[in-house]
Amino acid sequence: MSLPPVDEKVALEHGLTAGEFTELCRGIGRAPNLVELGVASVMWSEHCSYKSSRAVLKDLPNDGPRVLQGPGENAGAVSIGDGLAAVFKIESHNHPSYIEPYQGAATGVGGILRDVFTMGARPIANLNSLRFGTFDHPRTRYLVSGVVAGVGGYGNCVGVPTVGGEIYFDRGYNENILVNAFTLGVVRADGIFRAEASGVGNPVLYVGSKTGRDGIHGASLLASSEFDDETEEKRPTVQVGDPFTEKLLIEACLELMEKDAIVAIQDMGAAGLTSSSVEMADRGHVGIRIDLDLVPKREARLTPYEILLSESQERMLIVARAGAEQEVRDVFEKWDLDAALIGEVTDDCHLRVLAEGEEVVDLPIEPLANGAPVYERHFAQPTNQQELQRLSLADVPPPGDYNRALSQLLAAPNVASREWVYGQYDQFVGGNTLVRPGSDAAVVRVKGTDKALALSVDCNSRYCQLDPYVGAMTAVVESARNVVCSGAEPIGVSDCLNFGNPEKPEIMWQFREAIRGIRDACGALGLPVVSGNVSFYNETDGRAIPPTPTIAMVGLINDVRKRCTQWFRQEGDLVVLLGRTREELGGSEYLATVHGMVRGTPPWIDLAVEKAVQALCLESIREDLIRSAHDISEGGLAVALAECCISGPGELLGAEVELEASIRPDAWLFGESQSRILVSVRSRQLTRLRDLAADHDVPVTVLGTVRGARLRVGRLVDADVRELESIWSGSLAQHMGIEA
Amino acid sequence: MRCGVVSFPGSLDDADTVHALSDVLGFDGVQLWHKDPDLHGVECVILPGGFSYGDYLRSGALARFAPVMDSVIEFAAGGGLVMGLCNGFQILCEAGLLPGALVRNRSMTFVCDTVHVRIERSDTPFTNLCETGDRLELPIKHGEGCYVADEESLRRIEDSGRVVVRYSDASGETTEAANLNGSLNSIAGVVNEAGNVFGMMPHAEHACEDLLGLEDGAIIFRSIEAWLRRDLRS
Repeated sequence: MSLPPVDEKVALEHGLTAGEFTELCRGIGRAPNLVELGVASVMWSEHCSYKSSRAVLKDLPNDGPRVLQGPGENAGAVSIGDGLAAVFKIESHNHPSYIEPYQGAATGVGGILRDVFTMGARPIANLNSLRFGTFDHPRTRYLVSGVVAGVGGYGNCVGVPTVGGEIYFDRGYNENILVNAFTLGVVRADGIFRAEASGVGNPVLYVGSKTGRDGIHGASLLASSEFDDETEEKRPTVQVGDPFTEKLLIEACLELMEKDAIVAIQDMGAAGLTSSSVEMADRGHVGIRIDLDLVPKREARLTPYEILLSESQERMLIVARAGAEQEVRDVFEKWDLDAALIGEVTDDCHLRVLAEGEEVVDLPIEPLANGAPVYERHFAQPTNQQELQRLSLADVPPPGDYNRALSQLLAAPNVASREWVYGQYDQFVGGNTLVRPGSDAAVVRVKGTDKALALSVDCNSRYCQLDPYVGAMTAVVESARNVVCSGAEPIGVSDCLNFGNPEKPEIMWQFREAIRGIRDACGALGLPVVSGNVSFYNETDGRAIPPTPTIAMVGLINDVRKRCTQWFRQEGDLVVLLGRTREELGGSEYLATVHGMVRGTPPWIDLAVEKAVQALCLESIREDLIRSAHDISEGGLAVALAECCISGPGELLGAEVELEASIRPDAWLFGESQSRILVSVRSRQLTRLRDLAADHDVPVTVLGTVRGARLRVGRLVDADVRELESIWSGSLAQHMGIEA
Repeated sequence: MRCGVVSFPGSLDDADTVHALSDVLGFDGVQLWHKDPDLHGVECVILPGGFSYGDYLRSGALARFAPVMDSVIEFAAGGGLVMGLCNGFQILCEAGLLPGALVRNRSMTFVCDTVHVRIERSDTPFTNLCETGDRLELPIKHGEGCYVADEESLRRIEDSGRVVVRYSDASGETTEAANLNGSLNSIAGVVNEAGNVFGMMPHAEHACEDLLGLEDGAIIFRSIEAWLRRDLRS
C-alpha cells in the first residue's frame, strides 16, 4: 500500500469524532489512507450507520404473518395473497431539497423508486410527504414550487403515477423543509430480489448511468450535519436526476430479473459504490474486489476517492451468476445502458479496491458495516414541554362568527385543497389508479387480480411537538384510519423519522417518545413496520424542526368493487358520525388558525376504541352499508363535513346537520378528537349500521341529512357550498401568488 | 383489429395502450420496438404517450429519427392509419406528418386533469362512431400540450376542417377555462390532409375501463376498428 495514512485532523474534517477515529484504527488494525477514510467516514455517517437510532429502532414491531421482508433490505415486502407481494418504503431527501429544491426532490423520487424495483417489484404508485415553512417566509414559495416541480419532473417522466401524499406548512420548517418520498411496487412473492452477495468468484457488474462528480459526501456531510451560514457551499453535494435513464433502468432490471442471472442487486444510493458494495458483502458475509478503472465514467481524471463516494444517480450494482455476464450485458445494451464488469465476490471478507493497478482500499467489511458505532444517546424532556401543554379552554373565547371561522379554516394552508400540487403530477400512467388524490387514501388496483392497495402518508407534527408519544401514535392510527375509509385493511407500515440533532438530549427524548408511540400504536393494530428511514440533523443554527415521524400506510382491498371515497354521493343519505367527540381543542388547526395558539395536549387517544371504530367502518364498507367515509382530522367535524360536500368529482352537495349541545360548540365543530369517521348512509341501512356498531361497542350519532346546496350546522353555520368550495380550492394557488 | 403500439425509449403509456386494446377492448395490441423497422403486419399504428428520449431537447424531436419511424412514415404515406396520443401527437408534428406544434402549457407547469373534448368531425377513421358535437371526457397529462401554428397554417387547418377535437366544457362550449393548456382555438387534436394520420393530446387509452372511472376513450379505438372493417368491405 503506497498511499500514506491520514491523521486525526483529516478524520475530523470527514465528520468523524476523535473517538470514532481511534475506534476505526483499532477496527482495521492501522490508520486508514485518505481513500479508505472516505469510505469509512460515509459508512459511519449517521445517514448510513443509524448510529444514534439503531438502539431505539429495535423496539419497533417488524414481524407478522404477511411479512416477507422486514427492515434491513432496500425495501420492505408484505404478502397480499395470490402469490404477490407489496414492496414499499418511504425515505427522506430533506437536506438536498432545501439547498436545491428541484433536483433534491427529483432525486428523492428517483432514489426511492430504485429501492423498490431493486427488489424485483414494478413500481405502481408514488406518494410524498412535504413540509414547508409558512408563506410569510421569503423562501417558502420558491421551495414549494421547486419541490413540486421536481417531484413531478421526475415522477412524470419515469412513468410512475403520483397518487397521493400530504403537504404541511409550519414555521418550524422555515429553514429545514422535509421531502419524504414513498414508492409502492408489486412483485411475485417468489420473485423478490435481495442485496446479499454470495458465491465466491461471482462477477460484480455496474449498470446504469456513468459516474460523475456529483453528490460527493451527500450522505456524510450533507445529510448528517446541521445547516448553518455555509450551507450554500454544500450545493455541489446535491445529486442531479435523469428520470429518462431511470425509466430505462427500471425496464432493463425488471427484464433481467425474469432471467436466472442475478444473485444480488442493490441501488447505488447514499454513498454510492461504497455503500452498495460494502452492504452487499456484509449481508452475505463475503468480500468484494472492484477495479475502478472499469467503472463507466462521465469525465476523465476522477480520483478513486471521488469514484467511490460519488452519488451520481440511476446506477445499480449487480452480483451476477458466474457465466451470466453476457446475458446481463445483452439486456442493458437493448436498453442503451452501460453494463460493466468491475469486480468479483471474494472469500476474504474485505473490500479491496484497485485503481491503475494499485490497491487503494483494503478494508475489512465487518468494522465498516455491523461494526459501526452504536450510541445510546442521552435524552431529557425539553424544559418547556409542560408549559407548551398548558391550555385552559376558559382562555379561548368562542368565535363570534362560526361561518367565518369555517371559511378561515378551509382557506388555511394545512386544510385547503391540494389540487394545485397534485394537478402537476401524472396520476393516470400505469392504468391502475382507482382513487386519485383528494380522498382520504389513494387506491391502486393490482392488475390480474380483484385486489387493490390503498395508500396514505400522515403525520400531524403539531401534535408531535406538543407530545411526541401521542403525536406519533396518532400518525399511525390516522394513516390506518385513512386507508380503512377507502375500504382497505391496513397491512404494513413504512416510517420516515425526521428529527433534529440527536446529540441533543431533548431531540433524543422526542425521538424515543415517537418510537414508543409508533411501537404502541402498531402493536395495538397488529401492524409491522417493514421499512423506513431516519433523518436527523434537521436543524439550522441550532433550531430544530418539530418532531416529524411520518407514517406511510399500505392497506389491502380484497374485492376492488368494495371501495369507498370520502365525499357525499347522494341527496337524502343520512350523515352519521362513528365515534365520540370530546371537549378538546389542544393542538388543533382551529386553535392555530383562528386563535393563533399552538399549545395544549393533542387529542386523547384510546387504541382499543380506535381499533373498534376502524373495524366497524371496514365492515360497513364491505357490507355495502355506507356510501362515503371520511376521517375527521385537521379542522374537526365542520371541516370534514365541508370536505364531504365539496371534494367530490361530481356536483357539490349540501348537508343539514343538528348541533349536539353537550360540549362547547367550537370544540364540537372544530375539535380534533381522534377515532372518529364521518359516513353517509342510505336511510334504510341505518338499523343494520347501528347493530354492527353495537357489536363493536362504537357510538353512532345521526347528525343530519345530505340535502340542498348549503351546509347548515344548527344555527351556527350556514354557507353556500359553492362559496366554500371556491375558498377551499383556490387558497393554495393564492398563497403561491398564482392567479386561479 | 391488429394494432401496433410503438415503444420508444422513454415511452410510458405504451403498455397501458396495449392493455386497453388487448385486455379491455378485445383487439390485438402489438408492441413495436423502436429499433425494429418491421411493422409486423399491423393494420394501424399508435404512437403512445411518454417522454421519448427524455424529451430533453423538444418533446418528440428525437423519436422521429428512430428506425421504426421510417416505416411508420411510409405506412402513413400509403394510407395506413396512424394515431399519436400526447407524446405521440408531438412526435407526429415533429415528423411533419401533422401541421403545427405543441409548446409549453400556458400555466408553464405540467397539467394532469380530466377534460372534455367536443367532436368536430365524425367522418374520420378515428371518430366515425361519434356524432359531431358529442363530448368525450378524457384525461390529459402533459407539460407541452399547447397547440400552436402560424396564422396561415391555422387558417388552412380550420378551413379544411382538420380540427377533429376541441377542448370544451361538459356542455360543449369552448371556454378559456376548459382550455387548460392554452391551445390556439382550443385545438385538442387534428388530422392530416388525407385524413389517415391523427394526433391528440388527451389520453384515450386511459379512458377505456369502467373500473378506472372513465370510458369515453374506447369509442376512438372502436372507430378505428369500424373504419378498418368498413374499408375491407368496400
